[in-house]
Amino acid sequence: MSADASTVALKASARAAVATNRRRGGGIRRQIALQVLCVLIGITVVFPVLWIVAMALDPRNLQKPDSLFPPGASLDAFARVIAKPTVNPVSFLTLATNSLFIALVISISSVAIGVLAAYAFSRMRFRGREFLMIAILAVLMLPAVATIAPLFVSLNKIQIGTFNLRNSLIGVSIAIISSQLPFAVWNIKGYLDTIPKELEEAAVVDGAGRVQTFVRIILPLSTPVLAVTALFAFIAGWTEFILSWIFLTKPETFTLAMALNGMVGQYASATPWSNFAAFSILFAVPPIVAYAVLQRYIVGGLTVGGVKG
Amino acid sequence: MSAVVTAAPSLTPRPSRWRRSRETRTAYLFLLPALLVMAVITFYPLVFQVYMSFTDYGLKNLAAKAPLPNVVGLDNYFRILGNDIVIPNFDFVRILVFNLWWALSNVVIHVVLGVGVALLLNTPKLRLRRFWRSLYILPVMIPPIIVATVWRNMFDPQSGAINQILNGTIGVIFRLPPIQLDVLNDPNPLVQAGPFILPLAYFGLLAANVWLGWPLNSVVATGALQSIPKELYEAAEMDGAGAWQRFKAVTLPFLRPAMFPFAIYGFVVTFNLFYLSYFMSGGGPFGQTELLVTTAYRLVAEQHLYGVAAAFAVFQFFILLAITLVTNRLAKATASFNA
Repeated sequence: MSADASTVALKASARAAVATNRRRGGGIRRQIALQVLCVLIGITVVFPVLWIVAMALDPRNLQKPDSLFPPGASLDAFARVIAKPTVNPVSFLTLATNSLFIALVISISSVAIGVLAAYAFSRMRFRGREFLMIAILAVLMLPAVATIAPLFVSLNKIQIGTFNLRNSLIGVSIAIISSQLPFAVWNIKGYLDTIPKELEEAAVVDGAGRVQTFVRIILPLSTPVLAVTALFAFIAGWTEFILSWIFLTKPETFTLAMALNGMVGQYASATPWSNFAAFSILFAVPPIVAYAVLQRYIVGGLTVGGVKG
Repeated sequence: MSAVVTAAPSLTPRPSRWRRSRETRTAYLFLLPALLVMAVITFYPLVFQVYMSFTDYGLKNLAAKAPLPNVVGLDNYFRILGNDIVIPNFDFVRILVFNLWWALSNVVIHVVLGVGVALLLNTPKLRLRRFWRSLYILPVMIPPIIVATVWRNMFDPQSGAINQILNGTIGVIFRLPPIQLDVLNDPNPLVQAGPFILPLAYFGLLAANVWLGWPLNSVVATGALQSIPKELYEAAEMDGAGAWQRFKAVTLPFLRPAMFPFAIYGFVVTFNLFYLSYFMSGGGPFGQTELLVTTAYRLVAEQHLYGVAAAFAVFQFFILLAITLVTNRLAKATASFNA
């Protein structure tokens, strides 16, 4: 009871001290308290990353790590996963090339096709506009898994000689575009809506047509959203697992995400964790670099919240 | 420049009928590529899916010259609702309840933490502000598939970082025998009330997704906080408003219009979040952390029940539609709070 009362008194005096500090314009003690809080949050944010780096540098090639702080460091794990990442006879380079192929096809096609549609939705009044926008919005909320069965059986029917569209990188890319394109259209449209119409009207007065205004005014002004949409599509393709794992069965078409799946789960015991860690780092570097480069665009370019007709 | 901006509207002629039809033609030229692509790979599969859901489409119908599947009516739908599917521990209602709770609990924690950290970093005269902001964005930059696999290893009962930390701190202080907590596979649920079951694995998934989810909320909240004019705080302070009152009267009205749509978006994303459930717990123990998306995936990838999977996707579509309608109503109902 008395202990309780004294804690209450202590808390009250602490609060009063904080209040006086604040009135003085923020004392050094308050600054330290805030910084300690920031450090604690920072530790939780950074810890999984540091742990994976420590594992990747562990020189002992253990099946599983036995300490958070490995003795010494070596790049052997990186060399091992680059030479032969999985039990399949494919190199890291092949896996990376396949992932890159999917990522590039998706980001280029969804942005190129998406910006044209987004411009029409954002700037033109035409018959069927509302209906088409609702149709795209309805598709947008569906997860990629939702159309996996019909896409699988439909693409599987397209067989030319020994080439099966379903079991190919281009087939997987097509299937992924199915869910990336609606996002691209909607995200770019949201941004175009924020560009003042007066800029184009001025150009129209100067005698420019729709296509000219689009190329000369809209495209340059929408660079941030195009970059961010391309970035998201690129990362979606680079890390795609869901469709690739079902569609692709030939080892030479396997992707990085599929190989990563072989390093966890039921097969995890066959892979030293340092290999898994090194592989994850190599896999994550391109998206992280892309994010870092485009960071200043990201908040402005992500317009998912702006859902208005 | 500004002269042009103000003068332009009066110069624009009223669109005539001829102009409008020409505009429609131009619009469809711009739309043509997207409509063609989406008609073939988005809308056609959706329609075909409905047909598939009424058939027993399976492996036997896959090949290019295979026979057509048999029409089985609503059989697939009844099998899903009656839990008559070969997937072990399949329980439609339990999965749906867990899936809704999973999305809701995550989004609430993400928003609260995101706003909290944004407020912390928005404190006047905070040093190293930009450093902390760019450090905290790190989880957003790491692909979810890697987040999931790394966190899976962190929860490993013998070598995982979580158990090593527990042993190194609590274990040393209280001299406990080695802790080997198998967070992702522990068979005894912590919460169990009818179809609402939360195993320990749920909290493991929650930890990983909170780590992954709050930073982006923080970015959005920071943007909203920076749009608040400082004068409003000064005015509130002069009126004698305390910290909490200032938060309620000044900060919250500016946060709400930015955070609410983002929370709805986060809810749908988390509702459909495949990677954590699939890679961390594998849906276990006993399918208790299985989501609708991972179940749909298993129907295709493991069971090859394409007809059942199609019916399952139709259910998913209507569930998501219901969620969208409810959240839209919520957004409209609370919009007046804005003023």
